[in-house]
Amino acid sequence: MTNKQLTNLVDFSEYKGVWIIAEQRFGQVLNVTKELLGEGKKLATSLNCDLTAVILGHKLIDWPADLVRYGADNVIYAEHELLSDYNVDAYSKVLGNLITTRKPEIILFGATSIGRELAPTLSAKLKSGLTADCTALEIDPETLNLLQTRPAFGGNLMATIQCANHRPQMCSVRPGVMKKAKYNNKCDGEPKVEKIIPIITQEELRTKVLKIDTSKSAEIAIEDAKIVVSGGRGLGNAKGFNLLRKLADKLNGCVGSSRACVDNGWISKPYQVGQTGKTVRPKLYIACGISGALQHIAGMEQAECIVAINKDPDAPIFKIADYGIVGDLYEIIPRLIDELDNIDDITEVLDICTESVSASNQM
Amino acid sequence: MTINIAVCIKQVPNTNQVKIDKKTGTLIRKGIKTICNPDDKNAMEEALKLKDKYDDVKITVISMGPSQATEIIKEALAMGADRGILLSDRKFAGSDTLATSTILATALRKIQEKEGLDIIFCGRQAIDGDTAQVGPQIAQHLDLPIISYVQELKYLGEKVQVKRALENGYMQIEAQIPVVLTTISDLNKPRYPHMRRIFDVFGKNPVIPVETWTADDLPDLDNTQIGLNGSPTRVIKTYTPDRTFKGEILEGETAHVAHILIESLKQKQIL
Ligand SMILES: Cc1cc2nc3c(=O)[nH]c(=O)nc-3n(C[C@H](O)[C@H](O)[C@H](O)COP(=O)(O)OP(=O)(O)OC[C@H]3O[C@@H](n4cnc5c(N)ncnc54)[C@H](O)[C@@H]3O)c2cc1C
Ligand SMILES: Nc1ncnc2c1ncn2[C@@H]1O[C@H](COP(=O)(O)O)[C@@H](O)[C@H]1O
Repeated sequence: MTNKQLTNLVDFSEYKGVWIIAEQRFGQVLNVTKELLGEGKKLATSLNCDLTAVILGHKLIDWPADLVRYGADNVIYAEHELLSDYNVDAYSKVLGNLITTRKPEIILFGATSIGRELAPTLSAKLKSGLTADCTALEIDPETLNLLQTRPAFGGNLMATIQCANHRPQMCSVRPGVMKKAKYNNKCDGEPKVEKIIPIITQEELRTKVLKIDTSKSAEIAIEDAKIVVSGGRGLGNAKGFNLLRKLADKLNGCVGSSRACVDNGWISKPYQVGQTGKTVRPKLYIACGISGALQHIAGMEQAECIVAINKDPDAPIFKIADYGIVGDLYEIIPRLIDELDNIDDITEVLDICTESVSASNQM
Repeated sequence: MTINIAVCIKQVPNTNQVKIDKKTGTLIRKGIKTICNPDDKNAMEEALKLKDKYDDVKITVISMGPSQATEIIKEALAMGADRGILLSDRKFAGSDTLATSTILATALRKIQEKEGLDIIFCGRQAIDGDTAQVGPQIAQHLDLPIISYVQELKYLGEKVQVKRALENGYMQIEAQIPVVLTTISDLNKPRYPHMRRIFDVFGKNPVIPVETWTADDLPDLDNTQIGLNGSPTRVIKTYTPDRTFKGEILEGETAHVAHILIESLKQKQIL
């Protein structure tokens, strides 16, 4: 039996609308939420239905209405003291009830460390399918099912998945991949925000959050960084890393290094990439003044995109680079920084870390 | 009183070596080593640390998969687990995460009813699919609290206190026992199997044999919820990702080159 035939066996006409689950930490919405709004709008337009954003929290001020300014047709704001910070029992109870009663057709979650706990909990509660960490979404023009594409086997294979005979269709979406919705402050009329006050008691929550610490410096965690700006002997001295750090900061990334710099004492060992250092697999690896010795390449060749800046046109690093620039890094990097200064939305790029760090600083 | 622990472990291909047949878009299994999923070894190690510390701890490892998965169960027994169960049945084949978690949860409930379970450990995610869904789904099926991304664990008898990793820090969370925990590699460094136990487990007449359970051993299992047909999600297409880039040297005046580079990165959604 094909999937299409199966679809017709079940009546899904009750299920309508696209939902995105907004994620707030310390009252600030994460960047991935804006990406979900952008993607959700696209899907809602294909299906000719409404996009609803659901946000859970306590005493949220501007955000519920701002979700409309980022493109949601309407917003459901569940407000409760016990929803202030994420708690799996409280969040899954409130969302589970909302979903069961309102029956959305599609639900998108951000594939953050929290979204990836909340979404599977709900999928088991609702007994419907869930696809993790999607990088592309599309409506099948024939069946109107959601086609969910994601990498598998460590990115060696892409798989397109559908959930034809169950509703809602749920997926988590990898942060930093989808295009963010644009803020539009010229929305007509009052934003449609429906505030609900769910019933939750402390006693029914089996987990209790004692403390949240979001002060970890992103710097040392170079294995997790989406962007690594790495320096080699070509920097000439320890101060060169200040320039790289400036570029890395602009990109919300981290600094890395070849062994030559570590051996020279220009930077400490935790930053070393390579066979005897760390293996990184960022979205973007910028190698500055690194020749590209095999032992270095072993630690970074899996980057999705490699940019090399080197004076020597024959440097082996160019053989594996996606973009190469032959020249002096001290001339090129300042121009890259200028270029990034000129693009205003670039600072919002990708990383939800920075956003929540700054959010916690505001507390 | 015995502390009863279950650890869910999965056999996975070593994705560092994975090769895809470009024509068929399927995995070339020949010559690829299968291993115990790395996060699951951290789960195993954490259970063993509790066993080191407390007198009466019983660790059951459980895996769903084909008969070859016995290998990783034996490895876990050699590390120090007390009991190993393989869930294997053709009816289980093709299960997605929801169906897999349904099967595992049904088996875990059987153990729980007989001898009780205090902690169920899973790895955070399995490297074949990287979904991280099975742990939280098991918890929900069993109506137990879940804490995932565990990077530090304190066992306090009636409850546990854990550090749960966030992208930029952690949450400190307390949960009642019984609880489901999913582990990440920061939690510990998995030990090697004991020499003596290797002989006990892998020998001709193993001291601790691996038990195999089929669907018949799980009378509570709803056959409509398992296997390919019981799975709500289905893979309809696979393909190998295009390497989006063909190495390119950017030339010209510096400011222009910088502009081209940033624009190209944005266009390819790298920035
Ligand atoms: C067992 C073993 C393990 C090793 N493990 C590692 C490891 O884990 N990680 C690692 O990195 N290395 C490792 N190495 C060392 C490795 O072999 C190389 O020696 C090292 O990576 C070289 O570092 P580099 O590219 O920074 O320096 P170099 O090879 O000296 O290259 C410097 C480059 O900078 C360029 N340059 C100079 N000035 C400028 C400028 N102003 N602008 C632009 N470009 C400029 C030069 O053209 C040159 O290509 C290991 C070696 C061994 C034997
Ligand atoms: N077939 C299986 N057998 C045993 N445990 C599994 C199986 N599939 C998943 N798990 C457990 O669930 C975790 C998360 O897996 P996944 O959701 O596939 O990323 C794994 O690390 C295992 O602990």
